[in-house]
Amino acid sequence: MEHTVPTRMGDGSMVHMSRSDIEAEVRAGVEAAVKRAKTPPLAEDEIEHLVDIYASPSRFTGVDIGTEVVLSYDGSGVGTFTARLQDLQMYEQCFAADLVELCHGDYSFKAVKTIAAYEAQSMRDAQLALTVPVQYGAMPNLGLYCRPDGPVPNWAELLPLGRFDEARAGQEEAVELAVTDMVNVGVDLAEAGADGIDFDTAGAAGDADFLATLRAAEALRARYPEFGIEIGMAGEFVLGMHGELEYDGMRLAGLWPRDQLRVATKAGAHMFGPAVNVNTSKSAAWNVARAVTLVKPCMDETTIPIHMNAGMGVGGVPMTSYNPVDAVSRASRACVDILRLDGL
Amino acid sequence: MFAMPVAHACASGLGGMRAAGDLVARMQMARGMRLTEAKTYVAERLGVTPFDLSDPVLMNERRGELGLGRVTTFELSHPDEPTAVEAKSNIGDLLGLEIASVRLLESHLHHAVRTG
Repeated sequence: MEHTVPTRMGDGSMVHMSRSDIEAEVRAGVEAAVKRAKTPPLAEDEIEHLVDIYASPSRFTGVDIGTEVVLSYDGSGVGTFTARLQDLQMYEQCFAADLVELCHGDYSFKAVKTIAAYEAQSMRDAQLALTVPVQYGAMPNLGLYCRPDGPVPNWAELLPLGRFDEARAGQEEAVELAVTDMVNVGVDLAEAGADGIDFDTAGAAGDADFLATLRAAEALRARYPEFGIEIGMAGEFVLGMHGELEYDGMRLAGLWPRDQLRVATKAGAHMFGPAVNVNTSKSAAWNVARAVTLVKPCMDETTIPIHMNAGMGVGGVPMTSYNPVDAVSRASRACVDILRLDGL
Repeated sequence: MFAMPVAHACASGLGGMRAAGDLVARMQMARGMRLTEAKTYVAERLGVTPFDLSDPVLMNERRGELGLGRVTTFELSHPDEPTAVEAKSNIGDLLGLEIASVRLLESHLHHAVRTG
């Protein structure tokens, strides 16, 4: 009987698999990405490397010395168990973060706009206390602009009723409101000394959410040529909640990571974060194989840094709040080794 | 909170200001430089090779020599060295960047002298 090693499922639970089992999982993950996104498969040596990483019984793994990447920590300054400024300092001084992110617990631009002046003051304070770059992060979160949370007709209610034109009009109205909020917050934070802004989970509410993000990024880039603008995605595929929205002539509904990158670059992003969601019922090896296969086309043509999302439930990192270091380190190494990423 | 930042930092991170990760990050943020280009740019200005940028021993020495800010540890503090926004002023000079928080600080200093 073939020897087995401990490994993880997508929900973080431990299972035991043989090397043959893990190789089958990796190949199935690659195949799932190829079939779904019509993307090229990984090369044989890349598959073999993934199998080596996941078939190792070691508790921890890492990239080769000299091949380390920049780590941008979204959500690092949310005040997890102390005040926000102390959280940022902890990430800088104790966690070796390359850049940190001030953010509000609500993490939505619509919520932040009402307290933007206070957030700007917090940014000023943080900038006086930290050496590493400090960006500001929040989500476009277009859903907050529709009823009952906002003023716009709720497209999620209208679509099942077949009232498509009204649903589309509502999303278009929400885009205008969201762009205004994101640009205003971005300007306030930039003027307070922020090193950058992170539009996190872009596209979470579909193509209109992504369009609002792109337009806000474009406006901020025009005003601040060296402002760090990071667009991090919500998932691997942009949902067509509207279906007809375009940016720079490209239809946004249905975009996979490479085309998401193209429009993000066009909008002026200096960093792009592709996100591939984890399937909790599949193994960690399956998930990371699928994730790197979906993101690989980005690496072949990008002109800006790619910071792949590799947090809880994305990028092959299991969907659990108490992630095991064996799973995180494997996903971290696998993504960097295979993709030659610019950051995570 | 433990596993995500610590595991990533140990597995694949450049080391932040323990090494030169924050400097490389600045070039990515401000100029949109890819990793290889950003590492080469920073390494040239530090007088080291790109391979050295994640070495906390060597980088700690260079950061001290150039006044780029260093992590204070239980055993050692650096009260006579630039800290935080002071260090960022030196980082901006080294990397050829205008760092917004440094610009703000300078514009607010000596207010009475400047405004009469």
